[in-house]
Amino acid sequence: MTQRFIRGWRPVAVLLLFILLWELCSRWFDIPEWLLPPPSLILETGISSWADYAPHLFSTIRLTFLGFMIGACFGLLLAVLLHLLPSVREALYPLLILSQNIPIIVLAPLLVIWFGFGALPKLIIIVLVCFFPIAIAAMDGLRQTNPEWMHYMKMSGATKGQIFRKLEWPNALPSIFSGVKISAAYSVMGAVISEWLGANKGIGVYMTLASSSFRTDRVFVAIFLIMGLSLLFFLLINLLEKRMTSWQRKGGGVHE
Amino acid sequence: MNKLVVDQLTKSFDSSIILQNVSFSIQDGEFVSILGPSGSGKSTLFHLIGGLYRPDSGEIYINGERTTGEKGRISYMPQSPSLLPWRTILENVVLSSEIIEQPNKSEALNMIQQAGLEGYEHAYPAQLSGGMKQRASFIRSLLSPQSLICLDEPFSALDEFTRMDMQEWLLSIWTEHRRSILFVTHNIEEAIFLSDRVIVLSDRPAKVQREFTIPFARPRHSSLMLTREFLKWKKEIFEELKVLV
Repeated sequence: MTQRFIRGWRPVAVLLLFILLWELCSRWFDIPEWLLPPPSLILETGISSWADYAPHLFSTIRLTFLGFMIGACFGLLLAVLLHLLPSVREALYPLLILSQNIPIIVLAPLLVIWFGFGALPKLIIIVLVCFFPIAIAAMDGLRQTNPEWMHYMKMSGATKGQIFRKLEWPNALPSIFSGVKISAAYSVMGAVISEWLGANKGIGVYMTLASSSFRTDRVFVAIFLIMGLSLLFFLLINLLEKRMTSWQRKGGGVHE
Repeated sequence: MNKLVVDQLTKSFDSSIILQNVSFSIQDGEFVSILGPSGSGKSTLFHLIGGLYRPDSGEIYINGERTTGEKGRISYMPQSPSLLPWRTILENVVLSSEIIEQPNKSEALNMIQQAGLEGYEHAYPAQLSGGMKQRASFIRSLLSPQSLICLDEPFSALDEFTRMDMQEWLLSIWTEHRRSILFVTHNIEEAIFLSDRVIVLSDRPAKVQREFTIPFARPRHSSLMLTREFLKWKKEIFEELKVLV
């Protein structure tokens, strides 16, 4: 823990220096607050208007979490399905990549037209953003099984299901987690974008309202909230990964 | 009673014949080695017995039952230990029995102890040395319920000292837990030291060149390898192999 703290001081120092520079610049050059508010004002707004944005924040967290969960499950299911059915995989793989070429900004208003202002179009956007990194990472992980282990399992008479459960799935876990981490970071962005396009609650809404009334300080509060949320989400997944793939860190040791 | 009968096996891949009319058998509780030059089709023979492929012609019988092309009828120990890195040693050694039936953890713990791996039950494979991994791998094949164990050059990746150590260890464990063993190797000394019988395969296509019955009494110790009698056997088998090269 102390070691991590010692290693972590560099980025923290750079960040603090940056904030200090920002603060000093906005004072020296007398930059108007609506153009670029100083960090001190952002912090002050962040604390004083907690009651204003708290419902927005919780709504976004709920939306992100739900969308992420659905997206992750969908991505994993898709990966497993395509892994087990190679012919379907060949047919669907190009479509999968194409799905990521749809500009979300364009798609979102259409989704609102089709599905209204409820949760459904928002969830669709988050799922669309989230499933892809997970699906690709999981498929790669499932495919990259050590041929020697595979050979052993087959010689021992393991069925396809046993090979999947006992070999391919645990083998793919580290790879899957890489995908999940990327998705976790994306999912917050996805949620905010979906809120921009029509919602009555959420950080995205708070942000649009703030920017249209030139409350730049609030815009920055929203930006930092989004960053914090992404980071928090990422750390949670990281923690889960460490618990589920603890064997990876135990190399050397007992024998030496 | 014959544990394993291999009857007139022929197998070819892409028009090149790998195995041609290979026949031999293994008695109950017998230790038989297959000796042949590298790439002589020893592995193919194993894959056929393991049921990964079907032979072009010929049959395989285990315990008098025809098992040609059936998987899961033998217990297998591969060349590399093939322990799964996310399983502890205990979880790894029960893997093969897990595939066939409910694993018996207490028996596994007992076996780990006998194998000299006590204290490593809950360690991960990355924490073990090469020889220890091979021990775990062999225990895994012993814990599997099938009575015929096929070992595919299990010690070929080990250094000379570890290898001699492992050969004695293998014999001591095998004496206690008697199974029929089919052992593939390209090391003449190893074959003589371990086996009741040595079957020499010819090169491409592989045929049974000659069978030697090794008369040394058991238990055997590594000092045996330095006796005149042992060297005589080594010379004879070596000359048989030399004809092939």
